[in-house]
Amino acid sequence: MKLPRLLTRPIAQPPPHPSAQLVGDLAARLEASARRRLGRGLALRHIGTGGCDGCALELIATRNLVHELESLGLRFVDSPRHADALLVSGPVTRNMREALEQARAAMPEPGFVVALGDCAVDGGVFKGSYAVEGGVEAVMPPDLRLPGCPPSPRQVLEGLLALVEAQA
Amino acid sequence: MTPAEFLRQPPAQGPTHALTEPQWEALAADPELPLLALWGEPGVVRAAFQDGNALRLVALAAPEGQYPALSPARPAAALFERAVHDLWALEPVGTQDGRPWLDHGRWPVLNPLSGRPVRHGGAPPQPEFLPAEGHALHRLPLGPILPGIGEPAYLHLAVAGEAVVRMEARLGYAHKGVLALMPGKSPRAAARFPARLQAEATVAHSLAFALAAEKATGTEPPPRAVVLRAVMAEIERLSVHLHIWAQVLALAGPPALADQAALARETMLAASQIAFGHRLLMDRVLPGGVALDLEERGLSILRDALLLLAEDLPRLARATLRHAGLVEALTGLGVIPPALAQDYTAGGPVARASGVMVDARLGPDASPYDELELEIPLHPEGDAAARLRQRIAETAESRRLLAVMLDSLPDGPIITPLPQRGGEGVALVEGPHGPCMAWLALDDGGLIRAAMARDPAWALWPLAEAAAAGAGLEQLPLLLAGFGLTMSGMDL
Repeated sequence: MKLPRLLTRPIAQPPPHPSAQLVGDLAARLEASARRRLGRGLALRHIGTGGCDGCALELIATRNLVHELESLGLRFVDSPRHADALLVSGPVTRNMREALEQARAAMPEPGFVVALGDCAVDGGVFKGSYAVEGGVEAVMPPDLRLPGCPPSPRQVLEGLLALVEAQA
Repeated sequence: MTPAEFLRQPPAQGPTHALTEPQWEALAADPELPLLALWGEPGVVRAAFQDGNALRLVALAAPEGQYPALSPARPAAALFERAVHDLWALEPVGTQDGRPWLDHGRWPVLNPLSGRPVRHGGAPPQPEFLPAEGHALHRLPLGPILPGIGEPAYLHLAVAGEAVVRMEARLGYAHKGVLALMPGKSPRAAARFPARLQAEATVAHSLAFALAAEKATGTEPPPRAVVLRAVMAEIERLSVHLHIWAQVLALAGPPALADQAALARETMLAASQIAFGHRLLMDRVLPGGVALDLEERGLSILRDALLLLAEDLPRLARATLRHAGLVEALTGLGVIPPALAQDYTAGGPVARASGVMVDARLGPDASPYDELELEIPLHPEGDAAARLRQRIAETAESRRLLAVMLDSLPDGPIITPLPQRGGEGVALVEGPHGPCMAWLALDDGGLIRAAMARDPAWALWPLAEAAAAGAGLEQLPLLLAGFGLTMSGMDL
């Protein structure tokens, strides 16, 4: 009998190691804001605020067998009330601003806001449009910025692991 | 002569028939040609109709800002008319539905593309929804932040017990004002906008935009670029179909199979990164050609990926379609009759799973498919099971096309410059979820004067709303997953 392929070859990549500088910077930020620590794990809620959905597609890819986000102590939840971190992708459109603010308000403290992708970092190519507020920063200060169009699953994991390490 | 016969004659100039008001009225009254898109320019309303796999374009001057509505005879026009009013201040006379669509009352201006936008302030109005009738209905609001990882949309549900009586989608949350960002730029500089209209169709929208720009300037892309674009378009179709396949399995199938479908998608994305330098192939198709050539290493990695998929996918397809629980959950769910798919000018796998054979790869922008003996599968049942079977069958055809194209890549340059001149161009490209149309007009200096992009979601959302009525509430995620519903491309 031939074993299924999943069992015959290693698929998952070893997890990335976030750079010491990124972790150090984040830890200093968190120290300065005197936030309570959350332990080694994060509950994540993604919020698409109007981007092309490329960041969300790559976020979904972080859960596949190659990237195995869940094996690193990270998991996705449906409600911001259960989340430790909001992953915001896309420029914040004027039509989504209120929903984002409500989600942030619903997230228990201490909570993190991650700007995922170039659009969330500063509005990206949609900067200056009448329909766009700009990046996440235009609405609330992000704790972590992950540039890229879109950031690859590995870059996303590296950023999120830095967040886990900085507050562990 | 019927309006359809009139439109089949070549226009006096460019690709668009400039209509008189009586001609527009005759067209509005005769629904023979289905509407693909409706858009505007200051004081002009424009429409594209689908005629088999060909496109017919019309324009009507509307100096008073009014035009005869198309929606009474064509339900596909209803959402477009609302959006056109929001953006260009063009009012459809005789419409049943005058509610705003993209404008939620939160922009700093009214009618931003009308040429004379008015400043706007004040609190946004409460949205109005269609009434639902029945005994003991309750309202279930969902969104705009929906469960899972994805895009924003608000679903207004009227439910009786566990049954959905009506689902009305309110979109526009992802409206970025793309059409206002493109004018004044060269097609090359503006190409980053169609590439970011919708990530699940970045190649398709970029390709439609590139073809439209090439037609407007009379440019012929090099033969190698034509095939490389089709290679990317089929990689995109394959990857997106695998994504939907994985999503459906994750909701109602065994998790191990969902993992394998997601892994097959990851294989294609990782190969795309090596072959073309981007996992989702963004910014790789440009007006005039492609941005990067496919080198020997990229070619061999793509062939390796196809070999892996050739081994895994037939097995995965058999396991998926033999899984009794999954098949039972999908069979009979959300049936779309062919007439309904045609009413909304739906294309793509959803229409083909309702037995409507329409595919832009058979149309006038078909090169290089016209030499590949395209075999498009067709499933007539129209339910969620047929939609999954359709996508699975299409992955096999895309794999075959890719293998053939990679073995017969022409040599030569990959991009040619566009002359700086005026013109108008339109193109239709078959994206993973259906036809993507691009239209643009260039001024005499070769800069964009106006542009439009039509995403397949314009047709898929009304079909999903129709299919949701009568479904159980717990079936809704599974039902919606198979449609390939996206927001950003339609929200513009």
